[in-house]
Amino acid sequence: MLQGTLIYGFINSVILMLVALGFSVTFGISGVANFAYGALYVMAGYLTWLGLHSLGLPFWLAAPGAVAITAGVAAMIYWFILLRVRGLVVSEVIATFGVGLAILELFRYLGFIGFEYTLPPLIDASVMIGDTYVDAQRLCIVGAGIVLAAFLWFFTHYTKTGLAFRGIAQDERTSLTLGINADKVAAWSVAFGAGYAALAALVILPLGTIAVNEGYNVLVNALAVCIVGGLGSTVGIIVASFLIGFAQILTATYLETSWMMIVSLVAILAILVIKPSGLFGHQKQLEERI
Amino acid sequence: MAQRRERIDRGIKVRSDDVFALTSWREMAYLAAPRVFPVLALFILVLVASVYWERVLVTTCMFALLAMSWDILASAGMVSLGQSLFFGIGAYIAGTLNYYLGISPWLTIPIATIGGGLVSTLVLLPVLRLRGIYFAMVTMILPLMIERIVEATKIFGGTEGISGIKTLGSVHIEFVVAAVVVWTALFGFRRMMSTDYGLLLKGINDNDRAVMSAGMNIYYYKAQALFMASSVGAFAGAFMTHAYQFVGMPVFALDYSIIPIASVAVGGAGTLAGPMLGSFILVPLSELLRGLGGLRVVIYAVILVVCTVGLPEGVFHYLSRKYNQFERWVKVER
Repeated sequence: MLQGTLIYGFINSVILMLVALGFSVTFGISGVANFAYGALYVMAGYLTWLGLHSLGLPFWLAAPGAVAITAGVAAMIYWFILLRVRGLVVSEVIATFGVGLAILELFRYLGFIGFEYTLPPLIDASVMIGDTYVDAQRLCIVGAGIVLAAFLWFFTHYTKTGLAFRGIAQDERTSLTLGINADKVAAWSVAFGAGYAALAALVILPLGTIAVNEGYNVLVNALAVCIVGGLGSTVGIIVASFLIGFAQILTATYLETSWMMIVSLVAILAILVIKPSGLFGHQKQLEERI
Repeated sequence: MAQRRERIDRGIKVRSDDVFALTSWREMAYLAAPRVFPVLALFILVLVASVYWERVLVTTCMFALLAMSWDILASAGMVSLGQSLFFGIGAYIAGTLNYYLGISPWLTIPIATIGGGLVSTLVLLPVLRLRGIYFAMVTMILPLMIERIVEATKIFGGTEGISGIKTLGSVHIEFVVAAVVVWTALFGFRRMMSTDYGLLLKGINDNDRAVMSAGMNIYYYKAQALFMASSVGAFAGAFMTHAYQFVGMPVFALDYSIIPIASVAVGGAGTLAGPMLGSFILVPLSELLRGLGGLRVVIYAVILVVCTVGLPEGVFHYLSRKYNQFERWVKVER
């Protein structure tokens, strides 16, 4: 029982981390609000499904295609919408949230609801760890989480583009003087984050069905992890996803599953009240509160 | 020869700007028209409307109140993404008082208005210090959370909600109440915003630290603005609960957060009349689109995005500019 809780808590934490990584690239690291994130995540799932079932493509073609299209759509969102309201944080949030809402509700309207909307698992098998059954898909998730988190850390610390991502969040004007094209970098970071969201969707969605409401949950969870972990910190993302992930599994085990969402919401609220920039965040104090 | 567009206040506006300079009926009419005409228009609309459309107008008035409530908050530097918090708290207070204690709607609505304002203010007091996006995120999350808590603890009927709540009487009575409240709120809050007190609230939005350095306790004023705004929102919730004869988890739904924001985006922020105009455009429109089902929300979201990006000032600002100023092209030296 305890061992199972630990293993599933670990897997749940990795799922949260995967979901939050892409959001963190755009919102946490580059400071660009992309509240259409959940919609893009769900869209990647549906696009892959359409590729597999409507066009009859093999998985190795449909999946990268879906990732590329999702990233492209995100770049479009930046170029045609976010660019016009850049700097007005509230308008950014409202506009992107509106786009996300439109995408999600369009899928709902087109009738993408039901149990047939599932993605195939990468490996269909299960493994015994100690005395708990774990299916191979969940192990793939853990693998993907480790690879993507490590890549993100290296990318934002040792590549020019990644450093530019962090630069525009810290001080856009200074980054302009250093020859960083802030608009291009912001567009890249939105696309990059959406690509991460699509990859996360590809490995996580096979566990259940692709549902429209998942988009809203993903957004809330990603927000929770980013805010608790701290803006601009990859390590914070990892720590926060483990905190929230284990807390969720414990509530699901000892209370009810309906309390799971409440845990992440309470976590966000508590952190926002106490330290808005999060546990490991190092943003400017005066921008968040007075 | 390059040209630029110059905007100049109309002569009549300049002359009638100062109340002591009112010398003619024409100037008084010029001043009164934009204020009297909407009131009369709503009254005439209701006389010619069917019962169904009268209901729609009542709902529109409530959304106008929610949008105004959003605007009051935004004028004081607090952007809310969760108007449904105020709406839902008001709705639940009124609904439970009426259902469990059998208090008449004429009492529950005022109690819910003040009570809802107090509860919302107390709930948000700890986060009053947060600015911009952080405050917005808290307000976005709270309604979601309360919804989940109602679902998990099954209080007040849980997911089923409470039905069988008493109405105010006929739809005509509802309309009279809604119209009186909406006009009172509009003109009252507009008057308030033009006084020194309103200037202070706007100052908090423009530059909170400057207001602090003038020796004002901005948290005290923010709390007041929050109380006013949430009371208005709670009134809308309480009123709609009695109109629908039902209160349940849907009162915390996204609609009550999105439609007010969309109304403000269409109408123009910071004017109170703009949000109201926005609701009177959007809510009847959504009734016309009712046949489209789920596509409604999509169209709404698209309108929201297009207005945020394309017409950031809003319809009301545009109209008032046309009414008060004329434009002409003037030549400029290169």
